[in-house]
Amino acid sequence: MHDVGWKVGGKQGEGIDSTGEIYAIALHRMGYYVFTYRHFMSLIKGGHTNYKIRVADEVVRHHGDLVHVLIAFDQTTIDENWRQLAPGAVVIYDGATFQAHLPDGLQAHLCDVPLTGIAKEAGGAIMKNMVSIGVTAAVHGIDPTAFLPVIQDKFGKKGEAVVQANLEAVRQGYAYYRSHYDVSIPMPPLPQQRSSDHLFISGNQATGFGALDGGCRMLAAYPITPATEIMYWLIEHLPKQGGVVLQAEDEIAAVNMAIGANYAGVPAMTSTSGPGFSLMMEALGLAGMSETPLVIVDVQRSGPSTGLPTKTEQSDLNEALYGTHGEIPRVVLTPRTVEECYRFTADAFALAERYQVPVIVLSDLYMGMSAQSIDRLPREEVTRDRGRRMSDEDLQALAPGAYVRYDDSSPTGISPRSIPGQRNGRYVALGNEHNGIGLEVEEQYIRVAQANKRRRKLAHFAHQSGVSVDGVKDAPFALIGFGSTHGVLEEARAALARQGLTIKHIHLSRVAPFPAEDMMAALAGVERALVVELNQTGQLADLIRKEVGFHDVLSNCLKYDGDPIELREILARAEQVFPTGVLQ
Amino acid sequence: MSTMKDFKAEKPTWCPGCGDFGVLNAMQRAAVALGLEPEDVVVVSGIGCSGKMSQHFGGYGLHSLHGRSLPTAQAVKLANRNLTVFAAGGDGDGYGIGMGHFIHAIRRNIDITYIVMDNHIYGLTTGQASPTSDVGSQTKTSPRGTVERPIEPLQLALSERCGFVAQAFSGDTKHMAQVIERAVRHRGFSLVNVFSPCVTFNKVNSYEFYKEKLVNLDADPAYDCHDRLAAMRRVAEADNLVVGVVYEDTEQPAYDDAVYGYPEEPLAHLEPRLSDAMYEEILATFR
Ligand SMILES: Cc1ncc(C[n+]2csc(CCOP(=O)(O)OP(=O)(O)O)c2C)c(N)n1
Ligand code: SF4
Ligand SMILES: [Mg+2]
Repeated sequence: MHDVGWKVGGKQGEGIDSTGEIYAIALHRMGYYVFTYRHFMSLIKGGHTNYKIRVADEVVRHHGDLVHVLIAFDQTTIDENWRQLAPGAVVIYDGATFQAHLPDGLQAHLCDVPLTGIAKEAGGAIMKNMVSIGVTAAVHGIDPTAFLPVIQDKFGKKGEAVVQANLEAVRQGYAYYRSHYDVSIPMPPLPQQRSSDHLFISGNQATGFGALDGGCRMLAAYPITPATEIMYWLIEHLPKQGGVVLQAEDEIAAVNMAIGANYAGVPAMTSTSGPGFSLMMEALGLAGMSETPLVIVDVQRSGPSTGLPTKTEQSDLNEALYGTHGEIPRVVLTPRTVEECYRFTADAFALAERYQVPVIVLSDLYMGMSAQSIDRLPREEVTRDRGRRMSDEDLQALAPGAYVRYDDSSPTGISPRSIPGQRNGRYVALGNEHNGIGLEVEEQYIRVAQANKRRRKLAHFAHQSGVSVDGVKDAPFALIGFGSTHGVLEEARAALARQGLTIKHIHLSRVAPFPAEDMMAALAGVERALVVELNQTGQLADLIRKEVGFHDVLSNCLKYDGDPIELREILARAEQVFPTGVLQ
Repeated sequence: MSTMKDFKAEKPTWCPGCGDFGVLNAMQRAAVALGLEPEDVVVVSGIGCSGKMSQHFGGYGLHSLHGRSLPTAQAVKLANRNLTVFAAGGDGDGYGIGMGHFIHAIRRNIDITYIVMDNHIYGLTTGQASPTSDVGSQTKTSPRGTVERPIEPLQLALSERCGFVAQAFSGDTKHMAQVIERAVRHRGFSLVNVFSPCVTFNKVNSYEFYKEKLVNLDADPAYDCHDRLAAMRRVAEADNLVVGVVYEDTEQPAYDDAVYGYPEEPLAHLEPRLSDAMYEEILATFR
């Protein structure tokens, strides 16, 4: 794989995101694979923000450790990001705005380009972003006209003059760099083969799309970073399918609305992040107890409490697994990729209806907000199921009032449900312990029979998620992760293998029901495993110990400073943990 | 045509004399008068003695969480507009823990009927102060009398421009049934606050207490239930002790009439499938 890293940084509100997005989409349309990462703060104006793009000639699943071209709109951008500069990197700044300086001894080229001056000449200071894209094009030898289609898309509504002015800004930036500097950094070769789909999509968009395709027809949610984008996406698309998006007054309302709709026969979900997820815990129990299908997407962010609202983490694992009082059956899916954000969210509706349980999809800010190039969405793999239902005929065939919604004699624990409006199908769905027809009871034997019925439902759970193993199957060393770290762990595995370590990568795309058998098999013969996760206490490692043991085999690699983990951080920890003699 | 018998479920577990019997009876009568089939009625209740309504009414039921009947009921209605949906609960349920949802249900104006069995006490948890307890009420959690001012549900609803505001009394189920019938007929969110005495834990707000004091606005030919400000004044003058339809505004569009894209056919009856053509159209936005 060949790749380069590009980053633009400045103050929030300076158009950093749109600059990054325009450049990323342009590269994507040229046929490259890009991975973007937005670093931003929980405030509106001021504060440092940056947009990273990694460009490659094949699919990339991580934003990459290195930056080869840095567009710095202020000194803070340099101070915050110089550690990522690759040797020989180009740093572009505007000497009319500030005098840039790099740490002593750093091998990088500082290039003063009058970004704002050129932009003003082209038609307005705000176009300094387009000028910097032109400069980047010059550094990489990209023809500036390649940006025309994206500029047209972005500014076409504002008229041809605006389109031309922006293109001119790109051209002028390109020309200025060409005539003043000669450092160039080659682009990766264009991918030879390109899938016809070649999509540019974020985890949040893929989640919204998956929900829509999986049958979701009601979203009730309350705005929260980084999950709101799911709401935005569905507001665009759900009403066209006869669906509804409700902005609830809070997350308690949101989750109870999703329960109400599912009870009444409409696949519904709620999407949220940590603080909202916490507010949903009581209702999660109601869904479990009343056997009402429910889908919750938790796009994790840094906790606890309000935490770092715009930063990533994987610290809601325990809450997803154990949250709510009492005991309920539940499914917790941890998609590894944006493709799985799509497929697992779609599948979540089928699983929720098939098993009549809450299904939690655990995504995170890193995967949710990072738009990236992928080849295609696996639509043909989506599970479609409306679960066991009483048909009108089934109900008519019963004696009046004979329908038993919570029939505990069901061997699978799953008893077909009816939908309000259906004749002879009345019952009460409830959070109290209940008998077969949904009346609250406290007899011990009924309680136990119903609790066992609920628990049986997942005994034969089946879904294409669980444990994946990449690399040398019987390797003595292993990297372990869950969810969005799959990409970077694959890169770590490849790097360690190149250094001579016999290693595999075990990854969990589902944590409940826990795929214990497969995990046992994956860990058999492993002498040392490094469990990589973005939290402080090693929640995944604890889960693995609890479920399958291997206490002395597991070591932790933890990160909880809010930033996504870098490849080099994993490798540095690997060096401490794996037998150093093996590594060169 | 359904009859009272069709709405009978298991024998209620309320204390003999509990006001909630009257509410149940009035809801059933209204349902019969409206010509509803039991399967087309959903009662979504909160938690409390009043919360048992979903189990006792005899339609479909959803016995939700303490304070959460409203969001749940609103979604049930949106999921299937053919259903008649009641939210039901107590004063603690609706005006304490669930108060936020109350205001927002009024704003959202989804076509459901909200029945609050207001006994000025926490019944199920055996007699603590409630948000509607009068100042000075001696309860288990206020042995020396409450000091907080009570919520005034009617005024609150009126000030939020609730499209249908009514009050009823468990001592007159015939009248309550008429009020509920009108509430159900109203397109949009309707509130029926019911003085429903707790004979076990509230010896003050008893049947006798209300019988002496209540004024029936429906029986007053001079009263105009379409004048909101007059309604607020009248309720204030009567110190909230009125029954009947206090206010109705038939102009406000219900949520489902106003919201973009909401289909005529019940959502629950639509096949939730994305066509290949739509899928491709959406896919193209990611290229
Ligand atoms: C979250 C939560 N907190 C507390 C309770 C305990 N609880 C059950 S019912 C109730 C109060 C009931 O009072 P009210 O709503 O007035 O109903 P009533 O019994 O008077 O009809 C309380 C506090 C609960 N079930 N759930
Ligand atoms: S405690 Fe009060 S509210 Fe509860 S059933 Fe008895 S009388 Fe009714
Ligand atoms: Mg009460």
